[in-house]
Amino acid sequence: MTADRQLENSQWITCIERIRDHSDEDAFAQLFTHFAPRVKAFLMKSGADATLAEECAQDVMATLWQKAHLFDPTRASASTWIFTIARNRRIDALRKSRRPEPEDLTWGPDHDPDQADALALQQETDQLAQAIASLPDKQKALIEAAYYGDLSHSEIAEKTGLPLGTIKSRIRLALDRLRHAMS
Amino acid sequence: MTQPIQHHLTDALLMAYSAGALPEAFNLTVATHIAMCDECRARLGAFDSVGGALIESGASHAMAPDSMAAALAKAKSAPRARQPTRNRSNVPVPLQDYIGTDLTAVHWRPVGMGVKQAILPTDKGATARLIYIPAGIAVPDHGHRGTELTLVLQGAFFDQTDRFAAGDIEVAGEELDHTPTAEMGADCICLAATDAPLRFRSLIPRLAQPFLRI
Repeated sequence: MTADRQLENSQWITCIERIRDHSDEDAFAQLFTHFAPRVKAFLMKSGADATLAEECAQDVMATLWQKAHLFDPTRASASTWIFTIARNRRIDALRKSRRPEPEDLTWGPDHDPDQADALALQQETDQLAQAIASLPDKQKALIEAAYYGDLSHSEIAEKTGLPLGTIKSRIRLALDRLRHAMS
Repeated sequence: MTQPIQHHLTDALLMAYSAGALPEAFNLTVATHIAMCDECRARLGAFDSVGGALIESGASHAMAPDSMAAALAKAKSAPRARQPTRNRSNVPVPLQDYIGTDLTAVHWRPVGMGVKQAILPTDKGATARLIYIPAGIAVPDHGHRGTELTLVLQGAFFDQTDRFAAGDIEVAGEELDHTPTAEMGADCICLAATDAPLRFRSLIPRLAQPFLRI
């Protein structure tokens, strides 16, 4: 993984923490500049027109501000967390449907996630991104189609060819630590 | 949970849930299983990471000139999201929103042989229902046109394929004709979702089907 990418990932985590702790508008501006245009493009590929995508991308970034204290860097990178917010906004706005979710598990005021765990997760996320980038075009196109909402669940293949085992194990470990801290 | 969960979600269902491609009834059943199963919660996290990677590596589309200020104004116009409170009900959080407090609040309707059900309000495309099977009783033998998810909330059932206890989810496709039977000893309560009508093998349940909406 590139050192630049690692630095960038930890920079986004710091920005989210600055919003959480200090309502830091400069940190928000940095995140907005990087992520809002990506979220807008994602929503347009998912079928939103430019006006709706613009509005929803603003909503996604506003939600990031309001939920900054719920972000856990040992279980998701900033881009993963922002993807989940964007996906939920898309389901509301485009499908006008409901997507019930399991309850958020959070560390609460007395505990903090471990820095080393967060770093390890960022590395796994980056390796996954590289693995996706090196997939054959046809396979990559299928995965993109699934995430842009173009495939029904019966059209999604059971075997994706994605190497998800390591990142799953990382998240599982983080969940075990969190459960231990909660009990 | 007395023993670890044995039956999990498929990769295709987890990816579809992550991508936001499922009908509401399936979303509800998948979310309820994940609330009970950290293994599938971690697997979902991995699929969400694929979405994150696609956002990160994907195209950008320029935002309007004043959009950052607009987003910040929206952010400050609403209070911070609240910290989630601990779940004190005997029902996982996603399901609570559909039935009220807990399983005692469910309005059951009898469907024969002591079996009861309650259809939950979800959008078109799939149906979600709670099924109450008294200990030792079998649900009529049926097959499926589409996919049927059956999540055990309480007790246990067995069918031709295996035994399913609390937290276990059975993912049945068109190939499976089965007769789920509640284990002796305790009544079994399941959350089930189907995306096509069930096919009963005997006449009586088939005749009753339009009235039961199954």
